[in-house]
Amino acid sequence: MKQSIRVTVNGEEHTSEVEPRTLLVTYLREQLDLTGTHIGCDTGQCGACTVMLDGQPVKSCMVLAVQADGAQVGTVEGLAANGKYHPIQDAFWEKHGLQCGFCTPGMMIAAVGLLERNPDPSDAEIREQLEGNLCRCTGYQNIVAAVRSAAEAMRAGNAQPVATSGASGAGAAGGVAGGVAGGEEA
Amino acid sequence: MRAFEHRAVRSAEEAVAALQADTAGETSVIAGGAELLSLMKANLIAPAHIIDLKPARELRGVSVAPDGSVRIGALTTLADIERDATLAARLPILPAAVRDAATPQLRNMATVGGNLMQRNRCWYFRGPYDCWLKGGDQCFARDGENKYSAIFDESPCVAVHPSDLAPALLALEASVLVVGPQGERAVALGDLLRPPTAERRRETTLGGAEVIVAVSIPAQPAGAHGVYLKLMDRQAWAYALVSAAAQMTLRDGQLVERARLALGGVANAPRRLPAVEAALEGQTLTPALAAQAAEQAVAGATPLAHNGYKVQLARELTRRAILQAAGMEW
Ligand SMILES: Cc1cc2nc3c(=O)[nH]c(=O)nc-3n(C[C@H](O)[C@H](O)[C@H](O)COP(=O)(O)OP(=O)(O)OC[C@H]3O[C@@H](n4cnc5c(N)ncnc54)[C@H](O)[C@@H]3O)c2cc1C
Ligand code: SF4
Ligand code: FES
Ligand code: FES
Repeated sequence: MKQSIRVTVNGEEHTSEVEPRTLLVTYLREQLDLTGTHIGCDTGQCGACTVMLDGQPVKSCMVLAVQADGAQVGTVEGLAANGKYHPIQDAFWEKHGLQCGFCTPGMMIAAVGLLERNPDPSDAEIREQLEGNLCRCTGYQNIVAAVRSAAEAMRAGNAQPVATSGASGAGAAGGVAGGVAGGEEA
Repeated sequence: MRAFEHRAVRSAEEAVAALQADTAGETSVIAGGAELLSLMKANLIAPAHIIDLKPARELRGVSVAPDGSVRIGALTTLADIERDATLAARLPILPAAVRDAATPQLRNMATVGGNLMQRNRCWYFRGPYDCWLKGGDQCFARDGENKYSAIFDESPCVAVHPSDLAPALLALEASVLVVGPQGERAVALGDLLRPPTAERRRETTLGGAEVIVAVSIPAQPAGAHGVYLKLMDRQAWAYALVSAAAQMTLRDGQLVERARLALGGVANAPRRLPAVEAALEGQTLTPALAAQAAEQAVAGATPLAHNGYKVQLARELTRRAILQAAGMEW
């Protein structure tokens, strides 16, 4: 039997009917048409499906859509705001942090999660925090460079903050970034 | 994945009632889902009803009781443990234990209760094999691919318990608080995670209608310090080949007042090391004593064809854990 859920995705509220066995990633891709979140392994290993759930990066292939009822979800589609790329997107572009791009949405969301906790991570910390995201193209070097560069840009304030405490979803960065940042638990 | 009915509950008692009501035994509890969904995707279980514990918010969090014991709710996530200020100050062995468990995204979902109740990672178990643990008549790992299997023979099954949290909790002498049809009970972690037997082909003694509400860690002696060391196939994100947890209390920097040690990755359940503890307590700690005591960690080991390397890892990791917990050079 289908179940009704209410989920705020990238700042926009959705009320949907879902089968309880629907994975969050399937719900995002197939019911909301947000296909930027990818499915690689479907077993919690590769990180391609990483999204923000209430302010924390999670693997959406290991979460049921019904478990996200009432939650704030942020996907790669919510990173750009007001017609401008998020600094993490600019940095991945400029530093060649991608080749085929399959891992990139999950990689960027995981990176944003890291930068919200730690605005100035060392290379070792970046590597450690992205250990749950596999890339079979880049060799990771440029991904680390991109995250470091995004960190610099964000510290210099080149962009709207992504770490707005988004419980209300109405922070300074607006609904989109608020959705990505979500209502982080203390 | 088979279709199922999903119901959120607000308390452990409500979950117990739902488990009890299903006489067919087709109900599973879900917390973070990282393990339950893996088992369901692999068709190892196919519940008809899923009881979602997550809304039971009072089951999440860390608190200190007046007697100094620390209570960690069953829904506390591994990420919570990693970042909790109380644990960092009082029981740093716990943040150390989860830091290398799974990956950041999984730690954000994975809970303490689910981590203790996870099934083993034996590939015959996870794959389409009717092995002994799943009710068949043969353990395929014993004479097959057993690189990751147990080096202590305590059950027809030789799979190891994969949790990183469990060995650390065992060294802390934690007990697990459980509610069931008969009310609440406390069970020592070492009695909850047990080698499977012919009558109980599972890694745990938890009853079918029981739910974990918390783990409780007794007050530790003043000056106690702990470490958790984990050896992996690669440097990031892997299950432990062998792990060692040590919680030590020294007097005057040298005299071992109290030693509590446990190994992961070597047996069906995390393994306390009473002989090592006895060899250390009351003695003046030196590197030579640590090496000598660590020999006891592998006494009685019976490695299989492909896991003999674990004997050496277990011995060496125990030695290092003893010295590091004592703040000594290793
Ligand atoms: C890719 C990957 C890598 C991993 N690496 C590691 C690692 O290195 N170290 C490590 O320790 N773990 C590792 N894990 C395992 C992970 O930590 C566990 O899957 C997770 O902790 C399970 O917690 P959960 O809350 O998601 O449990 P769930 O999946 O929700 O539940 C797991 C089981 O526990 C039962 N359960 C849950 N809560 C309760 C409760 N309160 N009372 C009674 N029963 C309960 C469920 O019914 C189910 O049977 C890894 C997992 C994955 C997918
Ligand atoms: S070790 Fe256990 S799980 Fe693996 S094949 Fe043997 S009985 Fe099955
Ligand atoms: S698709 Fe979710 S982790 Fe690979
Ligand atoms: S860019 Fe191809 S997988 Fe990462």
